[in-house]
Amino acid sequence: MELQPAINGEGALDSLRTAAKKLADKGSIRDEIVGGIYGVSAEICSSAVVYRDRKKLGSTYKLDNIVTSRVWGFPIMLAGLGLVFWITIAGANYPSSWLASLFSFIEGYLTAGFTALHAPAWLHGVLVLGLYRGTSSVISVMLPPMMIFFPVFALLENFGYLPRVAFNMDRLFKKSGGHGKQALTMSMGFGCNAAAIISTRIIESPRERMLAILTNNFVPCNGRWPTLILLSSMFMIGSAASGAFSTLATALVLMGIVLVGIAVTLTVSWVLSRTALRGVPTHYTLELPPYRRPQIFKTILRASKEKSLNVLTRAIVVAAPAGIITWILGNVMVSGDSVLNHMAAFFDPFASLLGLDGFIIMAFILGLPANEIVLPILLMGYMSSGAMVDIDGLGGIKDIFLGQGWTWLTALNMMLFSLLHYPCGTTLVNIYKETKSLKWAVLSAAIPLGIAVAVTFAVAQAARLLGWV
Amino acid sequence: MSKFTVAFAGNPNTGKSTLFNLLTGLRQHTGNWAGKTVITAEGEFTHNGHTYKAVDLPGTYSLYSNSADEEAARDYIIFEQPDVTLVVLDATSLERNLNLALQVLEITGRAVICINLIDEARRLGIEIDLKAIAKRLGVPVAAISARSEIGIKQLLDQIERVATGAVTAPPLRITYSEEIEQGIAELTPLVERTVGSRYPARWIALRLLDGDDSLLASLKEHMERKEAASSKEVLGHGVTACH
Repeated sequence: MELQPAINGEGALDSLRTAAKKLADKGSIRDEIVGGIYGVSAEICSSAVVYRDRKKLGSTYKLDNIVTSRVWGFPIMLAGLGLVFWITIAGANYPSSWLASLFSFIEGYLTAGFTALHAPAWLHGVLVLGLYRGTSSVISVMLPPMMIFFPVFALLENFGYLPRVAFNMDRLFKKSGGHGKQALTMSMGFGCNAAAIISTRIIESPRERMLAILTNNFVPCNGRWPTLILLSSMFMIGSAASGAFSTLATALVLMGIVLVGIAVTLTVSWVLSRTALRGVPTHYTLELPPYRRPQIFKTILRASKEKSLNVLTRAIVVAAPAGIITWILGNVMVSGDSVLNHMAAFFDPFASLLGLDGFIIMAFILGLPANEIVLPILLMGYMSSGAMVDIDGLGGIKDIFLGQGWTWLTALNMMLFSLLHYPCGTTLVNIYKETKSLKWAVLSAAIPLGIAVAVTFAVAQAARLLGWV
Repeated sequence: MSKFTVAFAGNPNTGKSTLFNLLTGLRQHTGNWAGKTVITAEGEFTHNGHTYKAVDLPGTYSLYSNSADEEAARDYIIFEQPDVTLVVLDATSLERNLNLALQVLEITGRAVICINLIDEARRLGIEIDLKAIAKRLGVPVAAISARSEIGIKQLLDQIERVATGAVTAPPLRITYSEEIEQGIAELTPLVERTVGSRYPARWIALRLLDGDDSLLASLKEHMERKEAASSKEVLGHGVTACH
């Protein structure tokens, strides 16, 4: 008896729908509705808005004709990207090493304190060598580039340039079978893949939305920028290069990595839209909002506070326990060697096929919760197994890597693996929530992993075959 | 103590979030609405002793269920029925922005039109006759610049007037083509009978004519929830409802 109204209500809604369908089967209803609304808007504006100077309004169009032109669109985009990288690398170098020496200075006092209190060695190991070193290396390595990169990127965003990037990229995405808006969600991915997955809601068609979700991972996010920036500035540049030239070359390497990511995005979209996600791209209108003079000071403050600090907090929250776990793994001995070394040795044969080593694979596996911690885990792994090294800025980190037998190929392949491998845990959870399908969530990790393995394998084998390493 | 709810609607790139951040300051958090998992910001601000809960809806160009964002914004306005819906428009492209405002006003008259970036518009030599727009739309109109903090007090005054019921307006009536009007005329009584007077019948009829199945699905869901809620109320008869 109680349920009757509900059933009635549903039935009534269905009959309502039938009635509406019957009335509306004459076709272009939507056009007429939109026409009606637009008519009223136009009527209001014609009576209430006066344009004194139409020329001033035209300045936006003039700028757009250049930045979205077929000839200049891409060169301007690449130059802008290169400039952002250059500013980041040039600016982050010194503060990073200052922070690193500050932290190792403090570490000396912490160790002295533990000794004075006669604390057991394992406690000092877990808290200082594990927890403190782990978190402080995250801060010194990641904070300076983020404090520069995010505000600069936010300034470009506030100026209104990103929709133009989407406009330029639109043609490429359409050709690859995706939706033009995928260019926007991809740009979002440069910040955070997990957020970008949510932003794919702007894409209406489920097929195209899935393409955008599956390929979003191929642009480097906040968590991966520091790894890429650090590795490219340490390894990609010959020792002969110095000063401004080396900074420029590092920026170019980074740009190359980003372009590889975009190329993979387009290729995977192309392949998927011809196989598992077949279909024709839908049309859409992309609004190019007017340019606005960014409020420089506010933007910098907001970007620093919201992006840099948030990312850093997340990194520390995840890195702190990971530091402890890594230290324990590195110091619990089983038949003469640490657990960490056993695990690394297990992955080593496979890793060397990819031009990596067992520790790097371990770091990527342990780094699943957040990409931010891959590099710190790697450092902690190396440090706990080998001789203790005082990290004194970037040079010290490079020495640790060189001591583990790194070459430029190791660095390049780690960058490629970082760029192409599965997204972080948060992103995967978001993908599952958005698609409500375990199959697609698993695929969104499996496809990138497969590509990462294939690409690094090919690069490593080619480099060895050609005798470059 | 009464607390009013203000929903912030607007096209993307109108400075909606700038205004939201300005008003709510640091007192905001990311909320998750019931039903839909759209994450949006919620915050709080006070004006003249009234406290307002501010809800930042996703930036959309329309409420025609083209995407999950548009459905979420539409559902919030229709089903949560905020005390005030603040529609933020970009003064430099008013004609395009007004389309969303008109769609909101077709749903509810409890709205304030906020024309943002008025300083930018003045710089470009655009003059806007606020009184004429307010008269045509039937709801208060305020011109502001969120980034330069111009006109904020006046805007808050207008929000207060609508929230407290000092000004009331029926939903705006847009006259469509004869064919559509005929369809609306036939459907509206049916809609009223089915969903009751709580929801804007004319607008729902219009959307049904357009074949908006997602709206129908939302209606179904909310009516079932209402049903469940009211049967619970009957069960707990002895308990005093604190309304």
